[in-house]
Amino acid sequence: MSSRRVYMDYNATTPLHPSVQEAMVRDLEIFANASSMHEDGRKARGRVEEARKAVAELIGCGDNPEQIVFTSGGSESNNTVFATMFHLGRKGPRRGIITSAIEHPCVLNAAKWLESEGFPVTFLKVDEYGKLDMSQLKASLGPDTLLVSIMAANNEIGTIQDMAEIGALAKASGAYFHSDATQAVGKIPVCADDWKADYLTMSCHKLYGPKGVGALYLRKGAPLEPLIRGGHQEHGHRAGTYNNIGILGFGQAARLAKEELPEYARRVFALRNKLRDGLVAAIPKVRVNGHPVNVLPNTLNLSFPGAEGEAILLYLDLAGIEVSTGSACASGSLEPSHVLLATGVGPELAHGSIRFSLGRATSEEDVDYIIEQLPPIIKRLRAMSTVEA
Amino acid sequence: MQNASGPVLYYTDEVIDHFSQPRNVGELPREDTDGYACIGDPGCGDEMKLWIGVRDGIIGKIAFKSYGCPGAIATSSMLTELAKGKAIEEAAAISDDDVINALGGIPENKKHCSLLGVQALQAALADYRARSAR
Ligand SMILES: Cc1ncc(COP(=O)(O)O)c(C=O)c1O
Repeated sequence: MSSRRVYMDYNATTPLHPSVQEAMVRDLEIFANASSMHEDGRKARGRVEEARKAVAELIGCGDNPEQIVFTSGGSESNNTVFATMFHLGRKGPRRGIITSAIEHPCVLNAAKWLESEGFPVTFLKVDEYGKLDMSQLKASLGPDTLLVSIMAANNEIGTIQDMAEIGALAKASGAYFHSDATQAVGKIPVCADDWKADYLTMSCHKLYGPKGVGALYLRKGAPLEPLIRGGHQEHGHRAGTYNNIGILGFGQAARLAKEELPEYARRVFALRNKLRDGLVAAIPKVRVNGHPVNVLPNTLNLSFPGAEGEAILLYLDLAGIEVSTGSACASGSLEPSHVLLATGVGPELAHGSIRFSLGRATSEEDVDYIIEQLPPIIKRLRAMSTVEA
Repeated sequence: MQNASGPVLYYTDEVIDHFSQPRNVGELPREDTDGYACIGDPGCGDEMKLWIGVRDGIIGKIAFKSYGCPGAIATSSMLTELAKGKAIEEAAAISDDDVINALGGIPENKKHCSLLGVQALQAALADYRARSAR
């Protein structure tokens, strides 16, 4: 096995930014309950509120940090929105839910839950690049539509949607508009107001902060039914003693993400394109999945006909390269990536897909190493394959 | 069984070994082939082709090709090792568990992969019998 490790799975999660780690370790002694009224409590609360402001600033609502509700992560934020719709739909006249076929499982399964509760749910189609079918969206919107929930950027293929346009359509119909922006924040500019979002989901561990902490942006006046009932924390929107250290780590991660974004995006996008060009030149019949232009700067999803994704993944792992795959075998289910299938690539190309997601620490050498290691792996797998490439 | 410093914790060293150095990969030439089978479906993520050459009732030559996950490749490779040199009745008795045990176990969700090799061998033996009956 190789002693060299090249981590290319930043969409799965990221390591702590050194400066986030430093801030968290430094403030470890701030243990007091941030709801306590004594000095230590007030001090802890002060850190939480500073973090809230930094997170608000990352999505362009720094003037109204109270619109940020801290949660345990992206899954909780998304589920909170869908639970809210459950309560609204049971009482009110609107019940229609519109989402896309390529959402993260935490949105898809929440939507399926509402469907099983009798809500009409539409899973919008996407085109071959993963872009939402806008005419289907327009046709699906109506006076019954309660929620439109569309992810800003896809975790597997990186395709970025036209959020301002989608938000405008959703709002014009009178529906609430939610976006799972978990993969977008820190990678592309995100502005909740520009998108006319009522709700926006973030997760800290995707932006070089700790795991187990996230946020839900809540436009002023947008209804929210707490998923976790209890004390008065977060204006009653989300009970539970404040996760001080996690939250202040989120604050620092948000500050850095905002500050470093232009430089990060430029550098990582150049490396991503170098990786794409190098692999496409060295390996015959590679298919580049996702949108050619509207794509996350760090995400490259490729299919290698004739080779199976988990086999590629494991050969890469043996060479010290860490990636993920859309193959069914890797997921433990029988179906390969629902995202790739929704783009119409067909099961074989979905089984043979590999996602490279680059990050802050990715170097030219890392990219060169993959361009050197992967071609013989594909050649070897294709040579033993029953399937024509 | 698992190698704690290894790359994928849930695969045994034997699986990794057979995956990274698969035995008997390739095709048998037509004149050496006495039985052949193709099993699986690439659309479902795995497909295997198996060739056997039989002399005096013994599987003297065997080769496979596989499109599939590490579990499929490793179990196919191990199956060919188990079948090689065996009398056809003995080879016909090789079970999924024999393959899995020879590999020191495979993850629960990969057990269906091991079926493919044994099924391919059964089908190749049936093909052999059909050819001999001609
Ligand atoms: C698009 C998207 N939404 C939601 C999540 C879930 O976030 P978390 O892990 O914080 O629950 C993820 C991460 O896996 C994601 O990529």
